[in-house]
Amino acid sequence: MNWDTYDTWTVVVGILCAVACALPGCFLVLRKMSMMGDAISHAVLPGLAVAFMITGARASVSMFIGAVIAGILTAVFTQWISKFGNVDRGAAMGIVFTTLFAIGLILIRRAADHVDLDPGCVLYGAIEMTPWDTVGLGGYQIPRAVLVVGSVLVINLVIVCLLFKEFRLSAFDPDLAETLGFSSNFLHYLLMTMVAITTVAAFEAVGSIIVIAMLIVPPATALLLTRRLVPMVIVAVITASAAAVLGHMSALTVPQWLGYKSTTTSGMMAAASGLLFALAWIFSPSEGIIQKMLHRKRNLLEFGITDGEEPDRVQENENL
Amino acid sequence: MDSTFVDTPPTSQGGVPDSRPEHPPEIPLAIHDLTVAYHRKPVLWDVELNIPEGKLVGIVGPNGAGKSTLLKACLDLVPITSGWAHVYGKSYKKHRHLVGYVPQRESVDWDFPVSALDVVAMGTYRHIGWFRRVGKKQKEAARDALEQVGIGHLADRQISQLSGGQQQRVFLARALVQDAQLYLMDEPFAAVDAATEQAIVALLRELNARGKTVLVVHHDLATVSKYFDWLVLLNMRVVASGPTEETFTRENLQKTYGGKLDLLEDAAEALRHVV
Repeated sequence: MNWDTYDTWTVVVGILCAVACALPGCFLVLRKMSMMGDAISHAVLPGLAVAFMITGARASVSMFIGAVIAGILTAVFTQWISKFGNVDRGAAMGIVFTTLFAIGLILIRRAADHVDLDPGCVLYGAIEMTPWDTVGLGGYQIPRAVLVVGSVLVINLVIVCLLFKEFRLSAFDPDLAETLGFSSNFLHYLLMTMVAITTVAAFEAVGSIIVIAMLIVPPATALLLTRRLVPMVIVAVITASAAAVLGHMSALTVPQWLGYKSTTTSGMMAAASGLLFALAWIFSPSEGIIQKMLHRKRNLLEFGITDGEEPDRVQENENL
Repeated sequence: MDSTFVDTPPTSQGGVPDSRPEHPPEIPLAIHDLTVAYHRKPVLWDVELNIPEGKLVGIVGPNGAGKSTLLKACLDLVPITSGWAHVYGKSYKKHRHLVGYVPQRESVDWDFPVSALDVVAMGTYRHIGWFRRVGKKQKEAARDALEQVGIGHLADRQISQLSGGQQQRVFLARALVQDAQLYLMDEPFAAVDAATEQAIVALLRELNARGKTVLVVHHDLATVSKYFDWLVLLNMRVVASGPTEETFTRENLQKTYGGKLDLLEDAAEALRHVV
């Protein structure tokens, strides 16, 4: 394996993206709104394109703002359609984000005639290219992506730390949150804004599809390994970082075993998080399939219970 | 649990004339002309209701009668089409600290990664306010409340590892730490074991003895007269409301449950307990 500074920076960008995504991702998963991350990450596209067409510059602040607005609009439109159209939220999401994504693709094709906004990059990002685009900071040359994603990570971290209790409450019991005076709506849109900002920041590095893997897979893995919220967030962050490192390393090495040159890092990072999820699913001490098989066998031997019912619950039913 | 009733609202004794004489100004819950509709279909229609202080109130009615919606409308959780619901003479927003809510057990995901203690501590969040963390004092109060509902030893269990009855007790403990004056409970007796039912009844009586007003959405007609001293019969409108011995009659039940014969059988069975 040929490792140089660029590889290190690539991994750094990967870790920053993955961790920045995992933080809001935990609450998306717990609110059973995982696909909202998917919807928002796709729907930021027309925002990017429109802002680009207006300002004519790539990677500008206005592009960032345009994309974030588009992302938040997705959440708003979804809410409206499911409320006034009397359709299920999943269906409403499907209507909104496919429409916005399609508009975005059309706009980009129109713009791509004279500039380089490549649909391929839009989908998978170009994380290997990020170390070349540097800015000077205190005498050092630091990749711009590190600064952008790094600042979003800091914002996410601050919000999650400050509002941890509120997010936990409104994810668990939104009605109670409302009756206690913590506006569920406000917290919902704050989370949506975090997701929008994060996906936009991570967009250049990992594109609009791979970012979903970073939002959802590490939190889902963590949920298999722990049954407490704080450990869940920490495990999600660790899994996300591990997947980023593993992803880049395997992007460099795995294809060579098969006689090819290296492959795309962002794709391998997503594959690595998938692999970690599979491992957790098989070996988790509480939720893993091995553990469950052992449990069933033990129940069968000790209590003659075959349907997987908990012995203490059976006892309680007898009291009735 | 340490419970000092400093925030008891003043009750008017002078009989001050009010512009709406049909609703005494500072009763726990006054509902006037309340209509709630989902997608243009009314769920509650012209509900008029006064709940006096210190009563243990049961709300009964057939499925779809709007019982849960009535509670949610009082808590600003569903949009009100017309009319109002006042808590101690003010809108809910102004008096939310006086109200404790126990939602239906199925309304939340019990696989959520929190412990029983975490859930109970949520009842103290209004006190804590935005941004600040759950402190030692709040955790102490939560532990006491769990002790009070008889599952103190399960405080650190993840909530999916609790039985249905234990989960219901967690919800009750969460309402207890809110230290409210008026409690609104949505089907606390639904699908709990006999021991839990008895524990809940004991708790309701104790709250009542401490001067709290408790509203309970109930489904078991057989136990109505045993548990509640005030009864509201609801089927989109209020059929009857008043002391249980006056309102729990065959005629009222017939009006509430309409042609649902099997339910009427139940009602007849229940009435046999009364007479």
